[in-house]
Amino acid sequence: MENLNLEGSAKTPTVNFNSADGTLELTGRSIPENSIEFYKPLNDWIDAYGANPKPSTIVDVKMEYFNTSSSKCILDLFKQLESLNNGETEVNVNWYYEEDDEDMAEAGEDYDAIISLPFKMIEVEEI
Amino acid sequence: MTSELLTTILQIIESKMERFDERPKIKKKVFNVLVECLQNLYHHIDEDIDDLDTDQNELNSLFMIAKTVSTYTITTGNYIKPNEVESLRGKLDLINGMSKEELKAYYKQVLNEGTMSEKGTAGLGMIDIARKSGKKLNYDFSPINDNLTFYGLSVKIEE
Repeated sequence: MENLNLEGSAKTPTVNFNSADGTLELTGRSIPENSIEFYKPLNDWIDAYGANPKPSTIVDVKMEYFNTSSSKCILDLFKQLESLNNGETEVNVNWYYEEDDEDMAEAGEDYDAIISLPFKMIEVEEI
Repeated sequence: MTSELLTTILQIIESKMERFDERPKIKKKVFNVLVECLQNLYHHIDEDIDDLDTDQNELNSLFMIAKTVSTYTITTGNYIKPNEVESLRGKLDLINGMSKEELKAYYKQVLNEGTMSEKGTAGLGMIDIARKSGKKLNYDFSPINDNLTFYGLSVKIEE
């Protein structure tokens, strides 16, 4: 299947979903007024990937900002990945946040509390 | 409030904060609160005041941002229908009555159990603003006439 590569914009993140490696990366900012439209292709890609996933799937989330509209869509992505995890792939989430960014660290904790996937919190100097 | 205007305001404030050499932590909080406040205006105006037989001025909204030595204050104002006041007041008072931990739990509950509107709003905006600000939300309702009430909201972010 094809990879999903989207270049980031002022309101949307960079997306690199790679089916051959089983790596899904979301980087930057996600602040569109209505995020449903942006996230739909990502959901569709994960659906297709789920038909034949790699034994290990790594999800790297490196967000600088996201709005509440996106937070719901990101939760839905994790829920989709959570259902893949029960099958043929082991999904691991790496949640990156910049040092001193307690809000982004807390956002990761919030998802970790709701989603049963293993979350690794990774503090970095700059995203 | 259009999507383009919203983007422009965000770019202006972001570059100003860069020039102030603002601490990343504060810059992010201000930016986040700003996004939610402006998108509240965007979605609300988009919504239903348009339907009313109103003066064009009443479709306008207000936005201010002020910085003192240690505090940013973001103020927004827009017209709402009088019958929306009580539920909005109830929501704001509920949020203002919560501790940091209660807000975190409430956010997670709405995030997990809430549904998204077609416009892409998740019902999380005010909770998120309160969490990021760490202060009580300051609000006011001023009745204008039988059809309109002015809703003012002021949020503080302190260093």
